[in-house]
This record gives sequence, structure tokens and C-alpha cells, in this order.
Amino acid sequence: MTAFDEMYDQDGGLRAPYAALADWAKGADAAALSAKSAEAERLFRRIGITFAVYGEGGDPERLIPFDIAPRIISSREWTKLESGLIQRVHALNAFLTDIYSDREIIKAGRMPEDLVLRNPAFQGAMQGLKPPGGVFTHVAGIDIVRTGASEFYVLEDNCRTPSGVSYMLENRAVMTRLFPDLVRRAGVAPISRYPQMLLRALKSVAPPNCEGEPNVVVLTPGQFNSAYYEHSFLADEMGVELCEGVDLVVTDNAVFARTTKGLTRVDVVYRRIDDDYLDPLNFKSDSALGVPGLMACYRQGSVTIANAVGAGVADDKGVYAFVPDMIRFYLGEEPKLENVPTFRCGVAEDRAYVLDNLQDLVVKETRGSGGYGMLIGPKSTKAECAAFAAKIKAAPEDYIAQPTLALSTCPTFVDEGWAPRHVDLRPFVLMGAHGVEIVPGGLTRVALREGSLVVNSSQGGGTKDTWVLRPQAGA
Amino acid sequence: MLARAADGCFWLARYVERMDNIARLIEAAQSMADMAEGAEEWRSAIVAAGCEEEFYAKHKEATPDAALHFLATDKENPSSILNCLAAMRINARAMRTMLTRDMWDSVNGAWLEARRLPPDAFAWERLPETLDWVKTAATRYYGAYETTMLRNEFYWFTRLGTFIERADNTARILDVKYHLLLPRDEGVGGAMDYYQWTSILRAVSAVRGYQWVYKSEVTPWNIAELLLLRPEMPRSTRFSFEAIDAALNAIASSHDGRRGECHRLAGAMASQLRYGRIEDVFEAGLHEFLTEMIDHTARLGVEIRNFYMR
Repeated sequence: MTAFDEMYDQDGGLRAPYAALADWAKGADAAALSAKSAEAERLFRRIGITFAVYGEGGDPERLIPFDIAPRIISSREWTKLESGLIQRVHALNAFLTDIYSDREIIKAGRMPEDLVLRNPAFQGAMQGLKPPGGVFTHVAGIDIVRTGASEFYVLEDNCRTPSGVSYMLENRAVMTRLFPDLVRRAGVAPISRYPQMLLRALKSVAPPNCEGEPNVVVLTPGQFNSAYYEHSFLADEMGVELCEGVDLVVTDNAVFARTTKGLTRVDVVYRRIDDDYLDPLNFKSDSALGVPGLMACYRQGSVTIANAVGAGVADDKGVYAFVPDMIRFYLGEEPKLENVPTFRCGVAEDRAYVLDNLQDLVVKETRGSGGYGMLIGPKSTKAECAAFAAKIKAAPEDYIAQPTLALSTCPTFVDEGWAPRHVDLRPFVLMGAHGVEIVPGGLTRVALREGSLVVNSSQGGGTKDTWVLRPQAGA
Repeated sequence: MLARAADGCFWLARYVERMDNIARLIEAAQSMADMAEGAEEWRSAIVAAGCEEEFYAKHKEATPDAALHFLATDKENPSSILNCLAAMRINARAMRTMLTRDMWDSVNGAWLEARRLPPDAFAWERLPETLDWVKTAATRYYGAYETTMLRNEFYWFTRLGTFIERADNTARILDVKYHLLLPRDEGVGGAMDYYQWTSILRAVSAVRGYQWVYKSEVTPWNIAELLLLRPEMPRSTRFSFEAIDAALNAIASSHDGRRGECHRLAGAMASQLRYGRIEDVFEAGLHEFLTEMIDHTARLGVEIRNFYMR
């Protein structure tokens, strides 16, 4: 299986978007690049953009490896991706609106009822609730993989609290500092207004009875959370308070922040805490991270929670298989971005195919994340496949399978010099009352181990800066 | 501003100041101990650092090695230099959004450098160099906040942290050292060894400052005045309380004039120091005066917390 390389085509010809990079790389020797790599690491340490993992031993403040070679996407490729992403997020939002109101998609027989109502992410408390602006998925991270010159697939949707956007922004800041001339010559579209766009989207969905400028806060589990840097970064960039559960209090059916001036009303909570921990009165009663009474205020409409509670149903890996059909059902359009073909092990004929072809497939737990709980057939032993087959038979509904995709590769600066490594892409799609917006870019994750297809940071993945070129710059 | 954030930046500033003070105390004790029989010198440093109880729970005697270890690196001493540094980083991370990039750089940079300190950084031979590094780390933080912060509440709570810690520290040093140095059978003003007395000045980095202000020999009387009442001395209790009073007033005016017990107490103390005379202080008893000062400073910290940070 030969993977599509984003820099060189099959005949070794240079693809247009990479022209400026190739030109520049000719004049750069390996020692200088190593020095730049080291400088990048120093900058990340200095900024403190660490992926903190506590309680696993080792250095609690790990850096996610950063690769200095940018991943480059042409303006034309991006335009196509962008319209597909906008369409998809509209459909996901329509789906969430539907399942918490009339469930037309189930009535129409286009989606199995159990997949929705028995889904662990389904929140009965959301039934009939219409969030301000009709928005459920204020921030969606849609994972995209590429397999050919014009073949992009959606691998997975993230509609709860997708993270990584701080890496997208900081990677660019570091690249601009290390290679100012190259960034300028290549004609890279800017992304730095993302925090302002996010703030605008969040303010646009303030409760209708909110008077004056809406007061937005970021709600974090605290500094021992692995994504804490991102929470503080976003709060800082938006100029809003970074709150922990203890900073918020509910009185008189509204949410307030404890400030030095006393209690201050809060209108929009951009939460980076999972549903289950938001409010001990409604969800996990032993959780100290949340705010008692928050859900009651949300239901009464005195505060907006972003993303909406219960939005996780839309990013379930079992529901994923139905997204193309959702697009047809809600929007009356054909999907512009395709799904990876997906076999649902809960369906007898799919299951039979999966069990017969495990060596060629990637099998995922529908509730799994972070690259855990999956089987990569071609990279697994017979014994591992057999063990997974038993798991599938025991709980077929919990598994889906997909063909092993030859993820595209990008030149990556590794210890041995330049080498192709597999990448994926997570653009961040914002939805406010005024519509859907995306900054031209996303987080490119790269599997640094040779031949590896797993890009997750927990499993040896790194990141790259993602360049979407401006229309006039090249192809 | 969040109450928790006010608390965090207040404590961040206190830990920076504390770290700085401990470094100066160690320097002063070392330079004295080099000249004289120094056990008392180290005992007084421990007392002035406010950790007498914790220290003597572990050690029978304040030997130079034991005292240095306890003040500089001991993990069990919450105010050791390395623990102050760790507490600074934790507070800075928790308050990350409130810090300017320069402030973050100064704290995180110091923390990263500390991780790379050689194991013998606090051994006697390397001590001067390492203490310079500690003081520079603190100075970087002061410089960063003075030059980059918006003059909003966060700035004023930071100043409160700095000056409450400093007022407490200066009062303690004066109290401990003054009485240590007074010969038992002589009153204040008796014949004193110049070097002994300058150790107080050294601990607050005021040896040169003293000369500029008094242009005369070092006398206990003047030292007490310099550290308590002089407005031009940045580590005097008067200077500290005027800064505290100004910070609390700035916060109050940004809160539509809302004031409480902390404002009254700070104002009373600032006035007392502004209009006080050193002869009156001695008449009433220096030790009594300093004890009251230390108690009031502690109470003020509690009142600020009650009013703004919960």
C-alpha cells in the first residue's frame, strides 16, 4: 500500500503547494535545521505549552513533539474542504436539534432508535430544550485524512470539547518566529483571529434576556488537566475569566462568578469539562469540578453552555456511519466530504465481513478515543486479531470497522533527516447564531514513528504547522 | 476579577518576595558568620525567616549547614527558597491568564533554570552565585510586573502581596537582630561593633542606602529609623504600608469606593508610620512596637482575604 505524498507525486515531481518550501529547503543544511528544532522546543517550554499528564510517572509536563516542516494545503483544496466542513457541521447540529425534539430521523426510519436513545452520551435532560441561536456544536473538531490528490475523508467528528486549537495557533507563532521569511514568501493565510471568532460566536448565543455585553467565561477542570494550557490560552486570548467550578455559584436561578467585587453575573460558559462533571446535582454527584445548579439555570435559559450538553451523541463512532445520510435528510444535499466506508459490527452481514477480514481492517470501539481500544489489522498478530474477534462477538454493537487507509505522508524532519510520515488534520469549525465559520487551517498531527498510522499524542504522535495558502499564492 | 485570581496573584507576589528575602537573609548571615563565631547569626536568620518552630522541631542547633539546608532547599520547609519557587510556578500556572507574557516568562524561566541547577548549587562554594541567581529571578518578576502590567486590580493585588510580605520581613529582621545585638548590660546606643550592626542593613540590602541617608556612622538608633520610618527606603515598614494603603485605595476606587476593615487598618498603620517619631518608638519600647506591627500585618492579610478573596 503506497501512501499519497503531499509534497512529491508518484513520479517524484514536486506538487505546487510545496514549491516555496522545496526552494527554501535546498539552502538549509541539516545542522541548521536541528538547531531550529531545538529552538522550537525551547520556545514551547518557555511558553509552557505542555501536555500535562499527571499520575503516570515520568515528567508530568511533557511537550508534544513539534516538527518544523509545515504541512501545506493549496487554496483550492481548502475551499473544497471548507464547504464540506460547513455542510457537515450544519447537519450534525440539525441532528442534535432533532434528537432532542421530535426525532424525525428516527420516525423516518433513517437511524436506529437505540443508537440515539441508548447512547451513553444522550442526555434526557436536554429533551425539548432549544439552546440560544439553535446552536449545539459551537466548536467542532472534524478529523480529516487524505489518501490522494483529491481524496479527503472524514475520519471522526468531535462535538464535545475538542482540543488542540492552541497548538494550531502556537505552532504558527513559533514557525513565524523561526522562519519569518519562508512564511512570508509562501503566502500563508493567517489564523490568529480564531480567538476573536470564538468569542463572537460565544457572545452571539448569550441568553435572549441577557442585558448589555454578554459575560463569557471559560470553565476548566483546573491546572492538573492535560489541556489546561489550552484553557488558559483561550481565556487569555479572548480576554475572559478562566473559571474553575469553585469560582461559579448559582443563586436566584442564575450563574455568578465570585469576584473581588462580589458576585458577577455569567451569561455564557465555554466549558472544557465533560457533561458528567458539569453539575453534581444532575450528573456525577461526587464531582467537585462542576457547579451545583448549573443545569437548572441552563434549562431555564438564564445561562448558555457551549458546547451544548448532550452534543456527544453526534460524535459517537456508531452514529458516524450515518452522517452522510444525515446530510441528505436534513439538508437535502449530497455530502461534499465523504466518510471512510464503515462496517457496523452490530449489523449481521457487516459483522461477518469484518470477522473474515480482520487482517485488513481497522476496528474501533465506538466509545473509545485517543487511539486506545483499537485494532490495526495489518499491524497486528494473528493472536491479537483473534482476541479482538472475541471482543467483537461478545459486544458487536460496540465496534465499527474501516478499511486501513493509506494516510497521506508529508516530509518530516526526524533524527535521520527528511522522511515521509503519515499525517491527519483537525480543522476547528465554529458555529454561532450568525452561522458557521472556519479559520483556514487546523491542527496537523503526525505519526513520528516510521510506518505508524497512529497520530495521537498519547501514542508517539507530534504536530506540525498547517499552512493553507492564500488564493494568489500558487495553486 | 475572580476572587480566586486575586488570591493567586497576591500569593504569587508574596512567594517571590519571600524567596528574595530568604536569599538576602542567608547572604547576611553568611557574611557575618565568616567574621564572627556565627551560631547565633544563623539562629537569628531562622527566627527572622519566621520558621523557628519548624526548624527546631527537626534540629537541635542552628549549625550553618543545618540552617542553610533548611532555608534554601529543605522540602519540609514551606518557605525554603526551592519551595517558594515551586509555589510561585503553581500559582503562576493557575493564574496564567492574568499574567503578562513577560511575567510568565520570569516565573517559568526561573523554574526551568532551577530544574537545571547543579546538585551542589547550594553548597558553600557556589552559594554566592546561586543566591545572585535567586535575587535576579525575583528582580525579573518585579521588573516584569512594573513594566508590563495594566494598572488594574491584578496589579494592585500583586503590589499588596509584595509589600505585605516585605513589611512583615523587615519588622522581623529588626526585631530579632536588634535585640540579639544589644549587649545585655547596656542600653541602646552603647558601643557597638560596626560589622555587627551592618548585618541588619545587609539583610535588607541597605548598607549603601544608610550612608546616603545619614552620612554618618552606623548607629542602632538610625538603623531603626531607616527600617521603620524613612520614606525613601524601599524596604522600610513605612514605605511598605504607604504602598499597601495606596493599593487598597486604588482597588476601592475601581469598586465604586467600596471599603472595609482592611482599608481602615492599612490607613491607620500607614498614618502611624508616616507621622511617627523614632524617639517615641523607643520610649514606648521597640520590641513592643515591632510585635504590634507584625501582628497587625498578619491581621491585615486576613482582612484583605475576607474582604476580597472569598
